[in-house]
Amino acid sequence: MTDLFSKFDPLIEQRRALLAGGVEDPFNLVMERVISPTVAVCNGRETILLGTYNYMGMTFDPDVIAAGKQALDDFGAGTTGSRVLNGTYAGHRACEEALKEFYGMDHAMVFSTGYQANLGIISTIAGKGDYIVLDIDSHASIWDGCKMGDAEVVPFKHNDIVAMEKRLKRIPEGAGKLVILEGVYSMLGDIAPLKEMIRVAKENGAMVLVDEAHSMGFIGPNGRGVAENQGCLEDVDFVIGTFSKSVGTVGGFCVSNHPKFEILRLVCRPYVFTASLPPSVVHTAATSIRKLMHGKAKRDKLWESSRVLHKNLRDLGFQLGTPEAQSAIIAVIMPDLERGAAMWEALLHEGLYVNLARPPATPAGMTLLRCSLCAEHTVDQVQTIIGMFERAGKAVGII
Amino acid sequence: MDRAATAEKIAELIEPFNKKGVAVTEATTFAGDLEWDSLTVMDFVAAIEDDFDIIISMNQQAEIETYGQLIDAVTKLQG
Repeated sequence: MTDLFSKFDPLIEQRRALLAGGVEDPFNLVMERVISPTVAVCNGRETILLGTYNYMGMTFDPDVIAAGKQALDDFGAGTTGSRVLNGTYAGHRACEEALKEFYGMDHAMVFSTGYQANLGIISTIAGKGDYIVLDIDSHASIWDGCKMGDAEVVPFKHNDIVAMEKRLKRIPEGAGKLVILEGVYSMLGDIAPLKEMIRVAKENGAMVLVDEAHSMGFIGPNGRGVAENQGCLEDVDFVIGTFSKSVGTVGGFCVSNHPKFEILRLVCRPYVFTASLPPSVVHTAATSIRKLMHGKAKRDKLWESSRVLHKNLRDLGFQLGTPEAQSAIIAVIMPDLERGAAMWEALLHEGLYVNLARPPATPAGMTLLRCSLCAEHTVDQVQTIIGMFERAGKAVGII
Repeated sequence: MDRAATAEKIAELIEPFNKKGVAVTEATTFAGDLEWDSLTVMDFVAAIEDDFDIIISMNQQAEIETYGQLIDAVTKLQG
């Protein structure tokens, strides 16, 4: 018998070697108690959180929590059904109404996760014979959606407008075309030149889908994302987003002005063949989305923290993923996995949690310590974080 | 362009990517013999696509394991 698990042997060995060095397992951390959006008790230690996607700090917003508690009382713990059968409650509709208002768009469809939103929309609209042209650094959920849909998949070099245009021009006459871009690329925290890319996509007859998961609530005058910030949101056919970042709970969505959009509810398999979100989740989400419409003060504070942290880490001599702060993600590039894990552990012992990211999630085989800021990080916390990075970086020999 | 001319052009294009100087034959595999990672594959595919003005989709790339198969595919894709 061939052991079907033998394909995982190289990874098992890599993990064994890493942990044999005595380093704390970076992929097995437990948050024992969560004190606030920015502080938790991890492995018995009070820790500043700098690796969550809780950009706007909505997880502990009193109105959001109250809405969730009320929904538990009024609607119960779960829906036990698909959105298209018995799983659409008032809260799901309220969520979709809030999203339509938030983005100023005609249609909104709520999925059970952001992953499923990409999986469902992409695989349903781009099928056999259609062409998907996408950035090589796209998120796993986008790649999986491409694979599930049987379209011809044509990647281009990250943020390379010319490479994208060349590929679009070579697609056979008459074929359906979908260009997929992200507002913020979550590994390095860099943004896309969406305005120019969308113009080129449209000139070549493509529909455009933009994943704004890491920009919602934060980037753009109304927090609608990078496309809004660059003045090209009206040219985006489909915006994909998530409730598990700025919104502060879990779930995914697509908003669109396409006149036939509603038919997707019947043909999109990851929407139909799964249980809908629990009432407490959709009520917290709807409340949070409405509050995010008025989040300018928080957005300004988050930008300030992001710029301060970026500048100070750069001045300390760390190599960063972007030349300046482009989002709430600041990626610190590590020389290799071993020193990355050692630095991660040193920071944890200082009382700081960041994300350790490694291939295949990262581009170009990089090991990254990804810092993501929250609007609730105080000025003092940001200064404390900078001090922790300085001590840990010197101890591990990275700076 | 016929197969021979296509093969000659591809031999030229692969040169800068063959950093380890592997002796390339029709049976040489990209993942196994050349040990290319996904980024190298993307850059090499882009070089071929730009030179021949064709698209080799990921779906088609999945069918191409050896150097000989690549020459066949590019010959065919030029129509």
